[in-house]
Amino acid sequence: MSAPLSADLAQIGKSVVIKGELSGSEDLYVDGQVEGSISLKNYSLTVGPNGQVKASVEAKGLVVQGKLEGNIQASDRVELRKSAVVTGDIATQRISIEEGAYLKGKVDISGKAEKAAGK
Amino acid sequence: MASVTHNFMKLFRGSSGGSAAETPQVSQKLTRRSSGLGELARLWESETPLCILDLGSTSPTNITFFTGHGHKIYSEDLLVASTEPHLVTKDEQGTVVLDSRKFLADNLLYPAAQFDVVLCWNLADYLDESLVRPVMGRLWSVLKPGGMLLAFFHTKDAGPDSPCYRFHIIGKDTLEMQKIVMRREARRGPTGAIHTAIIDGFRLQRVFNNRHIETLFRDFASIKFFLARDNVREVLVVR
Repeated sequence: MSAPLSADLAQIGKSVVIKGELSGSEDLYVDGQVEGSISLKNYSLTVGPNGQVKASVEAKGLVVQGKLEGNIQASDRVELRKSAVVTGDIATQRISIEEGAYLKGKVDISGKAEKAAGK
Repeated sequence: MASVTHNFMKLFRGSSGGSAAETPQVSQKLTRRSSGLGELARLWESETPLCILDLGSTSPTNITFFTGHGHKIYSEDLLVASTEPHLVTKDEQGTVVLDSRKFLADNLLYPAAQFDVVLCWNLADYLDESLVRPVMGRLWSVLKPGGMLLAFFHTKDAGPDSPCYRFHIIGKDTLEMQKIVMRREARRGPTGAIHTAIIDGFRLQRVFNNRHIETLFRDFASIKFFLARDNVREVLVVR
């Protein structure tokens, strides 16, 4: 199950390996390997099914279908799809986790609206 | 305690001949009342965010439940972690065991007195013998003084094929139990070796009697047993 790709989306293909700091001002789709840090402040990151990311991530939104090791800070939302394997702490306002996703780490929901709504 | 439980392990260990595991099974869901969970429920309304450690399989339901109440939840699946091939070693007698030092170097890495609540579920019944006591020792240290740990133990009526469940909190004292099924993507470890335990499903390793349980938690300040009808004892311990 691949994420829909558009012309406005920067892509890192599955044969690409990057080590270092990644930052940008557009949405990013990673299906290859990235090691270091990823900073997309107001944009979204998608880790594709073949993606293997070992990096701290700062983004507006994050969708994980592959493997991600590192702390995540997402100002809007995080989605862990069923094939996701995530090791690291997650700080975000909203999170959705599909059955089958694996998470080792903390989930910290900072949105005040969430707490007020309760469950 | 290790030597005592060793005999129980002998009863339950062995191959489970898992050809049926080639085909993923439909996950069954059951609900059960949990007195232990009911005792903990008053904590969930705390205005102060709690730190909760869930040691079962990643549960979206539990994460939603706790974050919805404004708490911080930590998720760590120790059963899956215990299947890492690099943990396998031999003791002085040449018996294959899991290396608890390596295990604790990779897992449960938290500051002392970090958690208000630890949800242990049925971990101790399915975890390899060599890891049980070291893990409980680590859990004691990461719990805050006064913090609580909830664990489930099978009674002697349970057989070795008693299914291992994931537990989802769906109410104040109600759990949804979902049989753990293999995950195709979790079958291979970092070295490429197949994780037999996952392919076959987790097997009950032993049955603790009440005295074993008391010994297991002897460093804790108090222990409370709840008997259930489904061959499970619930135990709530306070550090």
